[in-house]
Amino acid sequence: MGFQHAEDAGVYKINDDVALVQTLDFFPAIVDDPYTFGQIAAANSLSDIYAMGAKPITAMNIVCFPQEKLGAEHLRAMLLGGMNKLQEAGTALIGGHSIDDEELKYGLSVTGIVHPDKVLQNNTPQVGDHLIITKKVGTGLINTAQKGGIFDARTLKMSADTMATLNKYAADIAGKYTVHACTDITGFGLLGHACEMIEASKAGLRLFFSEIPLLPHVLEYARMVLVPAGTYRNKQHRKHQITNLKNLKEETLDILFDPQTSGGLLLSVPADQSTELLTELLIQNIDAAIIGEVTPHADKVMVEL
Amino acid sequence: MKLSIDARKLACPMPVIKTKKALEQENVTALEIVVDNPAARENVSHFAGNAGCVVESVVETDGDFTITIVRENEENERLESPAEKISGKVLFIGTDVIGKGNDELGAKLMKAFCYALTEISVPPRKLVFMNGGVKLCVDGAATLENLQTLASRGVEMLVCGTCLDFFGLSAALKVGTVSNMYDIAESLLCPDAVVTI
Repeated sequence: MGFQHAEDAGVYKINDDVALVQTLDFFPAIVDDPYTFGQIAAANSLSDIYAMGAKPITAMNIVCFPQEKLGAEHLRAMLLGGMNKLQEAGTALIGGHSIDDEELKYGLSVTGIVHPDKVLQNNTPQVGDHLIITKKVGTGLINTAQKGGIFDARTLKMSADTMATLNKYAADIAGKYTVHACTDITGFGLLGHACEMIEASKAGLRLFFSEIPLLPHVLEYARMVLVPAGTYRNKQHRKHQITNLKNLKEETLDILFDPQTSGGLLLSVPADQSTELLTELLIQNIDAAIIGEVTPHADKVMVEL
Repeated sequence: MKLSIDARKLACPMPVIKTKKALEQENVTALEIVVDNPAARENVSHFAGNAGCVVESVVETDGDFTITIVRENEENERLESPAEKISGKVLFIGTDVIGKGNDELGAKLMKAFCYALTEISVPPRKLVFMNGGVKLCVDGAATLENLQTLASRGVEMLVCGTCLDFFGLSAALKVGTVSNMYDIAESLLCPDAVVTI
């Protein structure tokens, strides 16, 4: 696969039966607890592999660590958190590299395998498809509110649990159905990644805002404009594609473009399979919902409230 | 009084938090805040609008933005509002039934109470709905029609967004404005008398 289009991970075909899928991601701590941060960083790094329809087999740690400031116990807890998620994913940790740095950062490089014919691309939805999301949205707003001193323990816990959840389970279930396109929702926000899906294809989107599953207090934080800086860039980049922009409140856009950490999968599936897939996801306690459909209006997005 | 704040070199949401704290001071009528990136400019302006203020100007100098925010004249607003005869009272409604003893009776009493509010000569200024109270404002509620009548007369209604989410009723809201804990707390701590139902 080339670079004309931004895929979730790199794919290299080894032979007719096996292709390698490789990805790398790391970022600064987004929660205080080192074990939880380790879990989230690993879940996030593994996610790109699942978004390609692949199975993660090996991983390597990438660690930037302020030894003086945080101490060995912090490092140990964080790596244990990462290890915990790798074990859950059935992925072997085979190495890594660490450097001394002023700011803590952690992530992983993950390698997966997939049958070359079963690679899921993120830009191949078909008109008439339904869009299914598999996690609640709003981790960026919740992080930002916390930075502003506004938070409650239950919401933070739910947000951390959501980020630490592997997309493996959703991907396993989706693998039993026809999936025309798939991506994972991260820094560009739900609508940013949805736009990426229809980019340069002959398709458009209709999104149902009220169907989007939100973490607690997300609407409230958006109304209070506790919005991370990244949202602005996401909006500027994609606003022109929204056909009913004038009817949308800023807070609606701030949720649609909220940068997610370790967000859910966004699946484009045939309409006649979506309800069955959704039901199966919900039975497995996955916070999934059908949030939109693929329309013939190339590159245009319509947001229903 | 006009305040000046330098919010440069501050990451979101701090410029918004600084704006919020400044506007909470009662004697502040105008605010000049300097930010150094377009995301903060957008967010501060958006917040000011939500907080009942007007962004008078945004001036860019060397990549910094100076935002001038003016508080709307509340006196003028009240005179223009359609409800001239509104009492100063705020009603806090935290339940969908009135009193304890029997909920069937409690629901009937609540319906009658909302009807009575439309009949009395001086209705409350504001109704705040939380917890089970939000069920009074949604599609199919026996109280809906009377609450809509009150709303059309200018009675302000704040409906707790968290509570609507909790009951899965966000899409069914038919009267009032979805609100947050900040606005609600502010309403309840206003100098007007608060009556709890």
